[in-house]
Amino acid sequence: MTNQTRRGFLLSGGAVLGASALPFLKALPAQAASGDVIVAVMGQTINSLDLHRSGTNRPSYQVAVNVYDRLVSFGTKETPDGGLSYDYSVIEPEVAESWEITDTEMIFKLKPEGKFQDGSPITAADVKWSFDRAVSLGGFPAVQMKAGSLESPDQFVAVDDLTFKIKMLRPSKLTLPDLAVPVPMIINSKVALANATDDDPWATEYLHTTPAGSGAFKVAQWKPGEQLVYERNEGYTSGPVPAIKRVVLREVPSPATRRALLERGDVNLSFNMPNKDAKELSDMDGVTIQTTPIENAIYCLNPNLSFEPFKDKRVRQAIAWSVPYQEVFETAAYGRGKPMWGGESTTPSDIAWPQPFPYSTDLDKAKALLEEAGYGAGFEVPLSISLGQADWMEPVALLVQENLAKIGITAVIDKVPGANWRTASLVEKRLPLHLETFGGWLNYPCYYFFWAYLEGHLFNSSNYRNEEIETLTAETLHMPVDDPEYAPKIKRMIEIAWDEVPRIALWQPALNVGMHDVKDFEYWFHRQLDIRNLKGV
Amino acid sequence: MSDTTTSPRRQALAHFAYVMRDNPVTFLAFAMFAAFVLMALFGPALVPYDPLASDASKALQPPSASHWFGTDNLGRDVFSRVIVATRLDLTISVAAVALSFVFGSILGAVAGYWGGWLDAVLNRVLDTIMAFPLFVLAMGIVAALGNTVENIVYATAIINLPFYARLVRAEVNIRREAGFVQAAKLSGESDISILARQIFPNALPPMMVQISLNLGWAILNAAGLSFIGLGVRPPEAEWGIMVAEGANFIISGEWWLALFPGLWLMMAVFTFNLMGDGLRDLVDPRRRT
Amino acid sequence: MSGRLKSIGLRVLQAVPVVIGVVVVSFVLTRALPGDPAVYFAGAAADEQSIQQIREALGLDKSLLQQFLIYVGDLLHGDFGQSIMTGQPVADDLIRKLPASLELTLLALCMSCGLAVPLGIMAARNPGSLQDHLCRMVVTAGVSLPTFFTGVLLIYVFYYLLGWAPSPLGRLDFIYIEPDTVTGFYLIDSAIIGDWEVFFGALKQLALPAITLALFTMAPIARMTRAAMLSVLSSDFIRTARAAGLTERKVLYGYALRNALLPVVTTLGMVFSFTLGANVLVEKVFAWPGIGSYAVEALVASDYAAVQGFVLSMALLFVALNLIIDISYSLIDPRIGFEAR
Repeated sequence: MTNQTRRGFLLSGGAVLGASALPFLKALPAQAASGDVIVAVMGQTINSLDLHRSGTNRPSYQVAVNVYDRLVSFGTKETPDGGLSYDYSVIEPEVAESWEITDTEMIFKLKPEGKFQDGSPITAADVKWSFDRAVSLGGFPAVQMKAGSLESPDQFVAVDDLTFKIKMLRPSKLTLPDLAVPVPMIINSKVALANATDDDPWATEYLHTTPAGSGAFKVAQWKPGEQLVYERNEGYTSGPVPAIKRVVLREVPSPATRRALLERGDVNLSFNMPNKDAKELSDMDGVTIQTTPIENAIYCLNPNLSFEPFKDKRVRQAIAWSVPYQEVFETAAYGRGKPMWGGESTTPSDIAWPQPFPYSTDLDKAKALLEEAGYGAGFEVPLSISLGQADWMEPVALLVQENLAKIGITAVIDKVPGANWRTASLVEKRLPLHLETFGGWLNYPCYYFFWAYLEGHLFNSSNYRNEEIETLTAETLHMPVDDPEYAPKIKRMIEIAWDEVPRIALWQPALNVGMHDVKDFEYWFHRQLDIRNLKGV
Repeated sequence: MSDTTTSPRRQALAHFAYVMRDNPVTFLAFAMFAAFVLMALFGPALVPYDPLASDASKALQPPSASHWFGTDNLGRDVFSRVIVATRLDLTISVAAVALSFVFGSILGAVAGYWGGWLDAVLNRVLDTIMAFPLFVLAMGIVAALGNTVENIVYATAIINLPFYARLVRAEVNIRREAGFVQAAKLSGESDISILARQIFPNALPPMMVQISLNLGWAILNAAGLSFIGLGVRPPEAEWGIMVAEGANFIISGEWWLALFPGLWLMMAVFTFNLMGDGLRDLVDPRRRT
Repeated sequence: MSGRLKSIGLRVLQAVPVVIGVVVVSFVLTRALPGDPAVYFAGAAADEQSIQQIREALGLDKSLLQQFLIYVGDLLHGDFGQSIMTGQPVADDLIRKLPASLELTLLALCMSCGLAVPLGIMAARNPGSLQDHLCRMVVTAGVSLPTFFTGVLLIYVFYYLLGWAPSPLGRLDFIYIEPDTVTGFYLIDSAIIGDWEVFFGALKQLALPAITLALFTMAPIARMTRAAMLSVLSSDFIRTARAAGLTERKVLYGYALRNALLPVVTTLGMVFSFTLGANVLVEKVFAWPGIGSYAVEALVASDYAAVQGFVLSMALLFVALNLIIDISYSLIDPRIGFEAR
């Protein structure tokens, strides 16, 4: 036994994993991705296998996507450049087979053949327990559920084994799509309850390290800070069994190393590549780069209204006219993404969001506006960036700083540690001039406005308040998109946001994924790696 | 000394010349040091471009006649930045080492001369500082205080303090009972004066080496802090931050971003390290024959 | 023998104030870190109420003194707390990551000694010669290189350009099975079960980061060897030995080196702590799953428990190391007892 070779554990399936050995794996790196196994790299750490637990970070959400199912999911569509993306307009069954929606309730029929990974059937009681958990544990999951008007366990009823009912607080277009985000994942409540304790009724300690889902993949191994190994769920019932047998996901913090690995063909997939690498590798043989603009997201420069000069909208407009947009886009984004400047008209013609703001680089106009506002002599302001996002924030800040100097504004770059950033920018909202990025999961303009333009809301880091926007957002948030009143109201909101510019749009960011001998990566709004659809080449 | 007519200054000069001739490596080190000092003093006036002026149309150009070291991702001239950075880097290291030298010497002298509970407390404090991997301690201090140039200097000074304090304490401790000290005491010299004039100079030669080595370490330390994002703020030119940022460009073929500041950084540390031995030869009384 | 045990006990006692100091410093340092762990813990879109809940759950609403007492109490029970970053108990994280760092550091030190000690001896035999200057230049150049720069350069040349080195992906390429944990050192664990394939796999991964560190640590060792050899070689007993007609080899290695080793070993202790610090940067470059990179991440995330755990384990390591050095003193030179120090 001792002289048996120990190679090939993860790729061929050693005794530990119980899969049969495959013959080809002696010299792996030269021929990574032999159809069955994919090696992927990413820069961040997965810190929990349970999305609902407090402290779970964003990269961990992918476990909820790959290992758990939801009642419903979004469809898949092809993007203009030939890649795949989820389709916001189509809601498809996942654990649910069919559903009915009235003004007061939603009734879901579960698939009778639905099975968890341990072979036990998926029942409405599991769904009820999971939803109760999502709204009860607090933190981000509860907030996201609330966005879909899902607030209290009283709303969730297991009618019989295969019928689940949601009592609606109000009719809202956001409820059904909110069931397809990663948060309302369905947990095997029998397993979870068997491992719950009096102190921990929701089994957070157990599910933190041991998933109990019905998803397309199981977790075969998890070493925090090193790697996560997914193994295909052969008995998957909520959709087609994946083509890939195993996915080894390594965490490699250095972007240069990730690039080298992909270039040399030692890994099959590099998730969330820097724009520069994506641009330069896009012409390389054997490597496919899929770049998808991130829906409902904008990288912005935010002047804070609690800072005296920015109370005057002309000063904010002056800043907007002074940004060297083209250089910023070329230098910080390497041209990946979509320009969000140079809009033709100051009134929007449609309700597309985001769409280019009606500003471009015009220093004379900027100077004139400053004069008019009485700040012709300029002023000094700190320009804050996060160390955690220095890759794009730093070049942007330097270029903005340079142009602001030309109109007499002295901007001092203030690097805020990553751990401090959120508190300073979003919670305390105390940064006078800063960069900000917000992307809404649910793809509606009103949803973006709700988070980013309403006073006191988390991503409104500019302390902006406008009575008309407050009213219009409240009116449109739950209104169906095909309501004839919807479009005019949204257009009005966009028009105000453009004129008053509490957020100066720079560009719409993009998600880059590099692939080698793999295809069919599917982009999702949650911007996490969904491996269910991947195929070898 | 055979020639009794030469003035002390000429003696010193002659000794300097002797050390230089005697050891070519020391000569090289001092020559390089002089070059760095010149760069620090006059660099900003001499460089061809504004080290902070970006030009997106000229981003990432390889070295050429107009940009000797190429340009960085914002189109800034790497050569100008490397030269201008000399002043900041030297300032950080000299300030940090000067601080730790002064405070370390005072603490060490006091503890070594008077001993007692003062000595015991100081020793425990130094032990505690030294129980940390030094770079990690510097990281913690800068992370806690915020990443400004001053805090980098303080952090570097704190982690170097024990070396000086220990050295001085040991020297003072050995010599406080020595005959010449007793004699000075009897002749009515005050304790402070004895410490400063009789005992302390003996600790200088070993400390010279330490200072020189520490100047090098201080630069490396600041560079390391920059590498993990706790360094000098942009757009300031600093070698460490330039190497750290440039390191991400090596794989994509833009080697000049990291190589030149790296080279300069290495040369500076190299100079300080080599100078240590030369300095010891210069100040060591036993070598003056 | 009991006398020796007693003096070891005394040495341990001497370390107690240091450990107490480290506990205090680690606590103060972490509380001074920017950022609010409760906010971080609560996640991206949490509201004030859930942040407050978490603050209470973490005990962060209590006074600093109370927090400190709770912290010390937990430590006495062997509880290092839970890391926010990895979501694991800090003690588990450290146990898993410490061997990775130690293996790298020790291998680097061995390589460094293997080169630096002969270089130092060579330089000491002919002080002022070309060899001496060359040796000094080489080791000084090594210590002048920022480790993260050397690391990236080595990866570029040996992995990216030449393809000699394996991909810089941590301790073991994923095609190998990790050896069962005995010591946590892959080299030793794989050698124990006689699995040489894994042994060489692990060695290949270790090579570049270890070289990076070794280059950096050669200088102090070589310098100390040179200085110590110089002073020993000029001492009376060597002159006597030479006069007595002993071979040069015997004089050099039998007498001089043995006596010169003492200061070298002392330096090693210093260098070890120095290397652990440099490790932080090297681990980041090579995606090495050690405690150095763990500490950097923890600092950036204001992960109190993880930073404290790291700092404490370092201090304990250092105390243990000093003990080992003191014991090896008496092995190298039996004349030196503990009492002498």
